[in-house]
Amino acid sequence: MAEIKILAEKCTGCKKCISACPFSAITVEDKKARILSNCTFCGACVSACPFGAILLEREAREADLSSYRGVWIFAEQRNGEIMPITYELLEIGRKLADALGVELSALLFGNGLRKKAEVMLNYELDKIYLVEHPLLAYYRTGPYTRAMVDLIRQKRPEVILMGATSTGRDLAPRVATRLKTGLTADCTGLEIEKGTRNLIQTRPALGGNIMASIISPRHRPQMATVRPRVMKKARPSGNRRGEIIEVKLDFTQEDKMVEVVKFIKEEREIEDLQEAEIIVSGGRGLGKAENFSLIRKLARLLGGAVGASRAVVDAGWIPSYHQVGQTGKTVQPKLYIACGISGAIQHQVGMRNSEIIVAINKDPNAPIFDIATYGIVQDLHKFLPVLIEKLEDEKRR
Amino acid sequence: MHIIVCIKQVPDTEELSKVRINSRTNTLVREGIKSIINPFDENAIEEALRIKERHGGKVTVLSMGPPQAEEALRRALAMGADKAILLSDRSFAGSDTLATSYTLAMGIRKIGEFDLVLLGKQAIDGDTAQVGPGLAEWLNLPQITYVRRIELSSSKIKAERSLEDSFEIVETNLPALLTVTKEINTPRYPSLRGLLKAKKEKITVWTSKDLALDKERIGLDGSPTQVVKIFTPESPKRGKILTGEIPEIADKLISEMKKRKII
Ligand SMILES: Cc1cc2nc3c(=O)[nH]c(=O)nc-3n(C[C@H](O)[C@H](O)[C@H](O)COP(=O)(O)OP(=O)(O)OC[C@H]3O[C@@H](n4cnc5c(N)ncnc54)[C@H](O)[C@@H]3O)c2cc1C
Repeated sequence: MAEIKILAEKCTGCKKCISACPFSAITVEDKKARILSNCTFCGACVSACPFGAILLEREAREADLSSYRGVWIFAEQRNGEIMPITYELLEIGRKLADALGVELSALLFGNGLRKKAEVMLNYELDKIYLVEHPLLAYYRTGPYTRAMVDLIRQKRPEVILMGATSTGRDLAPRVATRLKTGLTADCTGLEIEKGTRNLIQTRPALGGNIMASIISPRHRPQMATVRPRVMKKARPSGNRRGEIIEVKLDFTQEDKMVEVVKFIKEEREIEDLQEAEIIVSGGRGLGKAENFSLIRKLARLLGGAVGASRAVVDAGWIPSYHQVGQTGKTVQPKLYIACGISGAIQHQVGMRNSEIIVAINKDPNAPIFDIATYGIVQDLHKFLPVLIEKLEDEKRR
Repeated sequence: MHIIVCIKQVPDTEELSKVRINSRTNTLVREGIKSIINPFDENAIEEALRIKERHGGKVTVLSMGPPQAEEALRRALAMGADKAILLSDRSFAGSDTLATSYTLAMGIRKIGEFDLVLLGKQAIDGDTAQVGPGLAEWLNLPQITYVRRIELSSSKIKAERSLEDSFEIVETNLPALLTVTKEINTPRYPSLRGLLKAKKEKITVWTSKDLALDKERIGLDGSPTQVVKIFTPESPKRGKILTGEIPEIADKLISEMKKRKII
């Protein structure tokens, strides 16, 4: 990583560097220049300084890659609860660390999380870096970026994994940009290339129509966000070999740019089909518009969105923004449940890349069964109420 | 109020399934696929126009891309944007999100004063959602991602930010950078008058010579990530029919879902 320094004994506080900086990345405090975190190491200030008070050391690229060692995962918490993605990262992180022959460490940021960290020691990991501060209690881009970047600069890990969640996808690019390192979004496959120690990061692109494998061969750390619910979850091993390392960090006003006013939990019917991880779709087999209530109920239970075939949209049973297919939306959820949909090719093109397809149709020859992961040859009016009841039981448990 | 909206030209979603890999050359075959403004960016343009209508000011749209990205900028002008700037240069080709956000940041630096930068939450071709936060970092701006509602006062912005199963209300001072979701609004269609006017309008093109760029930070050389392989995903095995009485089938399905961590 490049480094930039102000030589305090030479700096006169003349502010020439401030007007030279294209990024507003310099301030003058107490008559001394200070470089801010968004410095791009462009060097404009170095040549502008009349006193030779700014020193820039360019990145020693490939040469110092080997000084980065270890795999880190970002242990995500919300309102003091460890999020499920954390356990998925622990599992894949362990594998990568073993392949590299290095330690696996978790970063846990928050306030009052010592007990949670103790519990996390039940998993196969070597270190938990625990950073506690009132500013970290709730996720905020500024202080979290600051904390993570400071730790990375001190400890120099070679791989950092974070969840591709609303938090991880907000934080990871900010951190990677500050470090000027590579970041791959929403990975579904991760492995180590023998010899080079490169992390091979595989992810879907172009709406899932192709897969791409990506590396960052000249940069460390190699950063990736990992798509939730793709990796297996780690199980506690009981062999508590890890340790908790408490790290104290200070924050400046600059880190605290966005204030969280309020946090609101909501239960809503997800209308954005392309966002939904679960879609329950209904077709002409429902018989009439009113029967969409069955589809809605199942969708709500699963936390999913409602989809539809064109036949029922044309019939006016449901608005067109629910339509999946060639003239509707292309979707790619983890789970797609097609109820009373024949599976015409125009419908299939909109949903066949779903990870798991469940088809419920009373006609065993319906084309939807050609692409279904699980086929159920039943009358949906009999089957769905039973499924719904069992899922409700499941939820109560 | 000066709002800058960063937009990207992408292949049309409807046609994405037509994209195939030429297995001989290992490159993407995109022929015959039409281009559109990234849909989430249309929401960003719409939101900028609404803010302008309510509070006054101007809207500048900025894009980095090949010369044909002018078409996307022209559509933004037709929707009602005041000025369009295209960052286009052979040397920008092959940029990953780090190099892209750097180049856009240099474009914004050249534009000068602004109050708000808006982007769509992600582009539908790459789906990374990394350019917004990256750009905010280069510009040292506060960022709010996944925004579904905005409330603006003279120097502050309050926003609803969508999370997985909840949302939060956050507040920050201007200038700031926001990325928006589809829920925030419904983008308008350009009027006929808008389309005609946009046809004649001049689109400013800046090349690498116009921007004070660090050559090591742009294009392929400035991109830490490298694509080493692209391939067509294997489709999972299909065709398992669950049999038995209805309650039994329901149990089987639920246990499969649990095994696959869906529920
Ligand atoms: C240019 C073009 C574009 C199109 N675009 C789209 C598109 O975007 N999306 C789309 O969906 N379609 C599209 N279509 C239409 C498509 O060809 C089909 O007509 C449509 O998908 C059929 O909808 P469906 O499956 O609901 O109805 P049907 O084909 O009528 O199927 C109903 C199914 O329900 C089953 N069923 C009936 N009763 C029950 C019961 N009690 N229990 C269980 N199963 C039952 C039946 O066995 C049957 O398989 C397009 C067509 C064209 C020509």
